[in-house]
Amino acid sequence: MKKWRMAAAAVVASMMLAACGSSAEETTAAATEAAEETEAEAAAEGTETEAAEAPADGAVWNFGGLGPITGSTAIYGLAVMNGAQIAVDEVNEAGGINGYQVNWLFEDDEAGTETAVNAYNALKDQGMQLLIGTTTSGSCMAVIAETEADNMFQITPSGTTADITAPANVWRMCFSDPAQGTKSAEFIATHELATKIGVIYDSSDTYSSGIYENFAAEAANQGLEIVAAEAFTSESNTDFRTQLQIIQDAGAELVFLPFYYTEASLVLRQANEMGYEPLFFGCDGMDGILTLPDFDVSLAEGLMLLTPFAADATDDQTVSFVTKYEEKYGETPNQFAADAYDCVYVLKQAMEAAGVTPDMSVSDLCDAICAEMVNVSYDGLTGAGISFTEDGEPNKEPRAVRIENGAYVMMD
Amino acid sequence: MSSFISFLINGISLGSVYAIIALGYTMVYGIAKMLNFAHGDVIMVGGYVVFLATSTLGLPAWVAILMSVAVCTVLGITIERIAYKPLRGASSLSVLITAIGVSYFLQNAALILFGADTKSFNSVVNLPSLKLMDGAITISDETLVTIVVCVLVMVLLTTFINKTKTGQAMLAVSADRGAATLMGINVNRTIAVTFAIGSGLAAIAGVLLCSSYPVLSSTTGSMPGIKAFTAAVFGGIGSIPGAMIGGLLLGIIENLSKAYISSQLSDPIVFGILIIVLLFKPSGLMGKQIQEKV
Repeated sequence: MKKWRMAAAAVVASMMLAACGSSAEETTAAATEAAEETEAEAAAEGTETEAAEAPADGAVWNFGGLGPITGSTAIYGLAVMNGAQIAVDEVNEAGGINGYQVNWLFEDDEAGTETAVNAYNALKDQGMQLLIGTTTSGSCMAVIAETEADNMFQITPSGTTADITAPANVWRMCFSDPAQGTKSAEFIATHELATKIGVIYDSSDTYSSGIYENFAAEAANQGLEIVAAEAFTSESNTDFRTQLQIIQDAGAELVFLPFYYTEASLVLRQANEMGYEPLFFGCDGMDGILTLPDFDVSLAEGLMLLTPFAADATDDQTVSFVTKYEEKYGETPNQFAADAYDCVYVLKQAMEAAGVTPDMSVSDLCDAICAEMVNVSYDGLTGAGISFTEDGEPNKEPRAVRIENGAYVMMD
Repeated sequence: MSSFISFLINGISLGSVYAIIALGYTMVYGIAKMLNFAHGDVIMVGGYVVFLATSTLGLPAWVAILMSVAVCTVLGITIERIAYKPLRGASSLSVLITAIGVSYFLQNAALILFGADTKSFNSVVNLPSLKLMDGAITISDETLVTIVVCVLVMVLLTTFINKTKTGQAMLAVSADRGAATLMGINVNRTIAVTFAIGSGLAAIAGVLLCSSYPVLSSTTGSMPGIKAFTAAVFGGIGSIPGAMIGGLLLGIIENLSKAYISSQLSDPIVFGILIIVLLFKPSGLMGKQIQEKV
């Protein structure tokens, strides 16, 4: 009996070790591979630069990028890396910035905090002059302290936490969490989607309740009436029938769902069972509902969500970007790729206006670019007339997509 | 009025899921006198087995459910053998902590095996839903099936315990373990059978839970497990009809307070009522008052 138990314990232990071992190896292998790729690309870029249009002093711009390219959030980091690469290639082809070619350096931060700071230091060792990153909010919060101390210019394509832009050297391309609430209300009002609104939100989550509070404040300004606002918590996030019933009884024409797509999939299903068919509107947390395994996507038909980018938009700029991206990387770009692409062009505009050159120190460069950021006006993939406020927040038209036949369609 | 009935039906629907989970809790507690906190996680395992069988292997629903019951029964016996049996003589606190450990082990094992992403579960119940009052009230097919299964399980369990030899042995073990041993009852076997039945029930509860609320992750079973445990205490832990009534009442109170008082305060209200009930009836609504002889 004892022996049998020991054997069982040994088997379990060895299985666990094996599991840990293999995943760790995979991660390192993938990381090394990715790092090699980036280096190889960077090297290739470097040689091209010199061959193409060598400025007298042979200097180049070193743009650094950070994001997870391994692990469960790798899809976001890869999108930022690839999206910016396309913009950098275009800029270099058109003669660079102020006559100097751009070198795109990218490091894997694994979406962690310590790892992000290490990756940031690695980029500095490679001669980074400004940072486009990081991709995820958590690691961004860790890196802003470093860039503030170094006075290194930083723009995050996709970090949504409100506090990221607190330091004067940090800017943001996407809408912050609270801004999504304001922009959603603005979008619903200007597009006259509905006047009677019901809201379901997660009161145990700062992302969700933050959006709700800002939405409620802006809704009042826009003449929207919130007829019912019902909460749930992370402990009771499976049954929404009662909330839906209250909202239906209150006569809401549109239900605002500022939370993640897993819970939203249940809301949609339960509303369908009740035979309740209002308009549904979500934020960036809704992005991903179409790829939820085994989810009946017909339930999401007509659902709208606030997102700056839809790959099937027909304007020339989007078509050109999507074609290049698909050719080069074999997949359809998402909003992270588009945000990163826009970051490069915004920087180009600010740097040209400031007339900066690569021989300037990192800190002088940062001050010069920051001074021009508020004057930027750029028509990008994620919005027309993108400009920035003094606080580092973007100012652009909110855009939304509607799900039609199981795909995103950009709304006018 | 139709809204009120809808809220009530939502409550019954939620409550019937609590009830079927509570049956497993109450049975194991009533006989083995231990709180099996891993019960909620066995439910999660049951859900994953059905998910894998139907969407990965493409098996029909009834085969998947049988597989799930089989896997959970074996899992229940294994857990009992490895984690609880060696502690038979230990204090109930040690067993409780072990049960919490088993619960975390199962959750994390599921996390490693199936990943962190939430799976969308396809309901195995595919009947038309019931429409009343010109469609103003809808009772979903999952709710109907859950209630029917719940009543069925309750009746079968009661009959099993009262009419069969094994059932009588369970009652004897429950009443006095030492005396049962002296009467020639194999206590270890009886407790193993209890766990087997409890875990088989957990598999069925898992299928119904995931069909009613079709998402599946490694923590799917934990919150319903705690609520169902509360329901079992509410109804009188150890009492089989008590678990059913406790579960239904808990679901109804939760939904009505969500609808008429505050969607944020529904949980505090539910647990507040539990405290009040326990103050006046310490053994729960249907619990037996056992006088300790000195």
